[in-house]
Amino acid sequence: MRQMRELMVRAVYCEMLGYEASFSYIHAIKLAQQGNVLEKRVGYLAVSLFLNESHELLLLLVNTVLKDLQSTNLIEVCMALTVVCQIFPKDMIPAILPIVEEKLNHPKEIIRRKAVLALHKFHLIAPNQVQHIHNKFRKALCDKDPGVMTASLHIYLQLIQENAEAYKDLTASFVTILKQVVGGKLPMDFNYHSVPAPWLQIQLLRILSLLGKNDQRTSEVMYEVLDESLRRAEMNHNITYAILYEGVKCVYTIHPKSELLEKAAKCIGNFVLSPKINLKYLGLKALTYVVQQDPKLALQHQMTIIECLDHSDVIIKRETLELLFRITNAQNVTVIVEKMLDFLRLSKDDHTTIDIVGKVAELAEKYAPDNEWFIQTMNAVFSLGGDMMQPEIPNGFLKLLSEGFDSEEEDRKLRLFAVSSYVSLLQGEPSKLPQRFLQVICWVLGEYSFLKEDLEPSVVLGLLTKLLDMKSSSSETKSWVLVAITKLCWSEAAVSEAQQVAETYSSSFDTTLRQRAQELQHLSRDSQLHSRVLPPGGSLEPEEVDSSLSFLDGFVSGALSAGAAPYKPLHQRQEELSRSKVLSLEPYGLSLPISTSSCSMTDRQSPTLLSTSSGLSGDGTDFSHRGSSTTLRLDGVKRVWGREGYLAQKEPVEEVAQVEVPSPLQSPSQQGDANSCRSKTPTPMPNPECDQEKQQLASSLFGGLSSQSSVCLMEKSEPDIQRFRRKAKGQRSSSTTNEQRANPTVSSASAVDNLLCNNLLEADTEPINSSAKQTFQHPHSLSVANGACDAEAILTDGDPKERDQLLSSEDSVEADDCPPREDQKRSKDFCLTSYLPAELSGFSHSEIIPLCSSQSLDLSACHVQTDNSVVLVVFITKTSEDANLQIQVLSEELEVLCVCESPVEEVRGRSVSVRQYSLTVKMPLVHFELVGMLSYSIPAGMPQAMMQFSYKLPLTSFIRPLTVSTEEYGSMWLAFSHDTKQNLTLIKEEREPLTATLNALNKKLSLHVVEIIGVEGLVACSLLQDQPCLMHCRVHAGRLAVWLRSPVADLPDCLLYHCQRALQES
Amino acid sequence: MQFMLLFSRQGKLRLQKWYVPLSDKEKKKITRELVQTVLARKPKMCSFLEWRDLKIVYKRYASLYFCCAIEDQDNELITLEIIHRYVELLDKYFGSVCELDIIFNFEKAYFILDEFLLGGEAQETSKKNVLKAIEQADLLQEDTKVSFSPSFLMVWSRNAAEVRDSCGGSEQASWVKTAFLLLVSTERKFWITLNKDMLRKIKMQAPL
Repeated sequence: MRQMRELMVRAVYCEMLGYEASFSYIHAIKLAQQGNVLEKRVGYLAVSLFLNESHELLLLLVNTVLKDLQSTNLIEVCMALTVVCQIFPKDMIPAILPIVEEKLNHPKEIIRRKAVLALHKFHLIAPNQVQHIHNKFRKALCDKDPGVMTASLHIYLQLIQENAEAYKDLTASFVTILKQVVGGKLPMDFNYHSVPAPWLQIQLLRILSLLGKNDQRTSEVMYEVLDESLRRAEMNHNITYAILYEGVKCVYTIHPKSELLEKAAKCIGNFVLSPKINLKYLGLKALTYVVQQDPKLALQHQMTIIECLDHSDVIIKRETLELLFRITNAQNVTVIVEKMLDFLRLSKDDHTTIDIVGKVAELAEKYAPDNEWFIQTMNAVFSLGGDMMQPEIPNGFLKLLSEGFDSEEEDRKLRLFAVSSYVSLLQGEPSKLPQRFLQVICWVLGEYSFLKEDLEPSVVLGLLTKLLDMKSSSSETKSWVLVAITKLCWSEAAVSEAQQVAETYSSSFDTTLRQRAQELQHLSRDSQLHSRVLPPGGSLEPEEVDSSLSFLDGFVSGALSAGAAPYKPLHQRQEELSRSKVLSLEPYGLSLPISTSSCSMTDRQSPTLLSTSSGLSGDGTDFSHRGSSTTLRLDGVKRVWGREGYLAQKEPVEEVAQVEVPSPLQSPSQQGDANSCRSKTPTPMPNPECDQEKQQLASSLFGGLSSQSSVCLMEKSEPDIQRFRRKAKGQRSSSTTNEQRANPTVSSASAVDNLLCNNLLEADTEPINSSAKQTFQHPHSLSVANGACDAEAILTDGDPKERDQLLSSEDSVEADDCPPREDQKRSKDFCLTSYLPAELSGFSHSEIIPLCSSQSLDLSACHVQTDNSVVLVVFITKTSEDANLQIQVLSEELEVLCVCESPVEEVRGRSVSVRQYSLTVKMPLVHFELVGMLSYSIPAGMPQAMMQFSYKLPLTSFIRPLTVSTEEYGSMWLAFSHDTKQNLTLIKEEREPLTATLNALNKKLSLHVVEIIGVEGLVACSLLQDQPCLMHCRVHAGRLAVWLRSPVADLPDCLLYHCQRALQES
Repeated sequence: MQFMLLFSRQGKLRLQKWYVPLSDKEKKKITRELVQTVLARKPKMCSFLEWRDLKIVYKRYASLYFCCAIEDQDNELITLEIIHRYVELLDKYFGSVCELDIIFNFEKAYFILDEFLLGGEAQETSKKNVLKAIEQADLLQEDTKVSFSPSFLMVWSRNAAEVRDSCGGSEQASWVKTAFLLLVSTERKFWITLNKDMLRKIKMQAPL
């Protein structure tokens, strides 16, 4: 054993050096299991270093951990908790959860601390398993040991990130803790370089910024302490800067307060101006973060920013560019894009290149001052971005070209310019250009080269064929070239050349290329067909496509009557296949419950996954299956082959990419190109020695900002510039005919273009368009939101006054009215019950809970459990008939369907209307929360007011007894894949504790008791109608060992929680 | 934090700790590329890197590079201080630590790291508490050398007064002997400092 310890350490070392040591994994587990404390320590360490979370050997560790957790030796418990915090199999958490929970009350703080961290880990990997112990986290937060409290903050940070609303009530506590920490109330050994507990402070600041985000009331609570912590952190040491940085971020995240903002701005200034490079970097980062809110801040530091642009450290440069990207507007776009391209020319890192190329393309599209600049910038983007850049960029660019802007003239100019610049590029050294760029060039030349009248088509053809002969072009590019040639060969001279090309490639090994060559051959032979398929000048006639393939119906019915099997879609076939697979796995269910559960789970999930993913490809097979006419068959085949052809080409593409990589470094011609681009926009090159030039650069960089010194001005001026682009976009997305127009001209010609077009549609309507618009409209929406806020504020301001008045008048008139009010309320409940719709009155309903109310309106709700559904009934009581209101009820985990709205019944001046929502579970959870929004205007025509409400209901309302026989139970049990086990307390009763417990469960949760056999009991229930859950209970050592199984993930865990609660209560 | 790497100026990995599950292949790839990137940077450059989609914080101490990958919203400066605190802990434990200490006692370095950072989060920021936890566990190591029951020693080292009360007169002699053996067998300063107070009490009761 002792030797083993030494060997294990060496094995870990070997593994670190990169040698395979997997043979020693099992020994590591054995060492942890069997060794004495010291060997255990090494064993656990080796396990945590060797294995990762999903490793199968980890299951062998569970028992050891369990044993050590229960050990009386403090060190052993510590070790076990340490290993649990690092790796533990997710499925086995319930086995150790109760013990870890117990450790939260351990007298030693180190154990408590580790237990809290272990729970943090559990929360990260399986949040619903620790849902029921959230209140224990609160206890940990109040722990007297600061270490335990710090550990609990990790959990809270996570929880608040997930749902800030639920923890607003803790804000005051966090503020108090921070106050104490800042005030130096913690023990001295938490100090770090005489700063009190910096880790704790930073953690708290992060939590506070999450809590105070978009929430004025919560933010107000923390202003004071933020001020304090900004003030205290004044020592010149890294750690204070870390706190300051976090504080500044917090101040800018929460609801703004001008004094604090001022201080934070000063802090940022200190960062930016600092000679220390790390601080400078963070300063730039903070500026980037802040600049959208406060563009003036960037103005203050413009000289520093310009210095950073020429910094020797690439990281600083890049961060500066990021900052500039945020402050770009129509005035400074040329300079900023120029800077970015300069950076790109020197950058070697792929990741950075891709990122910045995307940004340049975005800016160019948004703010381009004129056509030439736009085309030239995009050329630079394509040649620098090479083949790594996102495919959306070329797609978006081509779409922009094909759809154009408002004026025909403008479009023509843009295209013309593109054509002439590409022709000159091809006349240069095309072998240096990346493949993607060549493809773009091919498409543009194919579509628009006719616009340039002095350009002979044969010249273009010559250039294109040169591309075909080039060794470096990939076969994908070649097929683009062929398509372009196909589009161009309408003149006599061109036809002969095209025929020649087609001849060469019609025997190519690449099927895609052969396909293209065939098309070219046919179309060039028959000029009539050519002009019909590809009208010269790209006439924009929408073409109708019969996507339902109705003209094939006759053929299909003929085939069916001839005895052919009916067509099954791909996913259906897959499902049938996998179903048989699952069945074959089941016999193992009994002997190895854990492993099969994981196996069958993945198998079972696969059909749904496949079916969703095959949704698209299914269409493709649809074509090929039903197709009879040659053209359609071709269509189907094209797609498939197009894809596979692409797959086959993968290797050459990679090769090309490798060849291309060094080119930006070495190619002088490209540099020359770039230079020629640059020469058009005469910007002063910044010279570090010359201040004046810097000033000039500053004015060009920040020109847009300084001219619009106030924010509102900026808002005004920006739309003017946008209009040019945005209108074009609006036109694009709104008029579908426009899109279609562009489609057929391309798609009829080639499948690649077809695919491209599809991509274009997707790419354009979604990411580019929306993101661009969002960023554009941001200031607008902000101001709108502000407006709404104001209106609301006025409303709420107004409300209490009126209410006060009302109250006082009531008080004065009927001073002794108070006691009857209670009654009134009760009777109101009773009244509301009578409004329950008749069809629901037979079922049990929950207590009617008031949701929200205003002076003219009351909202209450209850839920009714019918046999096969749960219905949420909302009662709306309003004073005046003349009202206009809308209710929206939403939930993440539930599906909410508005069923009906009953007619309004009038009772003594108050009208009550009832709305019903049927609820179905999307995914099980212990408690479901419905969030609703009520907007109303009473009387109609008044300004709208909004109210929010929420309604909570437990999972149990959805649980129904499931009546099955023992045999059925047996077969169902094997089929279900998700399971949970745990020990519950038995109800203490003399004779039949099991029966009593099961009866209690039956009564409280309406679970159906199938059978009780000796010490075992079978219980069944289902989530509404169709989602069964089975429970197997066994009395063991005075506890009830339950094992739940269900086909629905999470359902067993959630149900278990309710069982636990139900038994605790009784 | 996603992972922590220690490597030498020659690019040899000295310590690695991963807090996110990754396959061995990915780990090796990341390590290789990251070591290259960091080693290529000049000493005056910024300690923070945006590398792929990760934020890297690194610092060089003598011939060793300490390198952490953090999430986007994490604070870079405090990560730098986490590295510094770890170095301080190593320094205190080994007594002016050098690269060789970490090579030959690298399991110790891991133990210290585990006490300081757990699951990627700072577990205990008090230097004293971390070292105390390590010392307690180490004490068992010494204990195995003189072959005494671990739990006994455990209790003993934790609270001398309690032990005195619980042990009878006859046993007293044996645990004083243990103390002596331990003192002889170990040269570690910390042990003595930890138990100085207790030893005084032992001596008062049963002078050797």
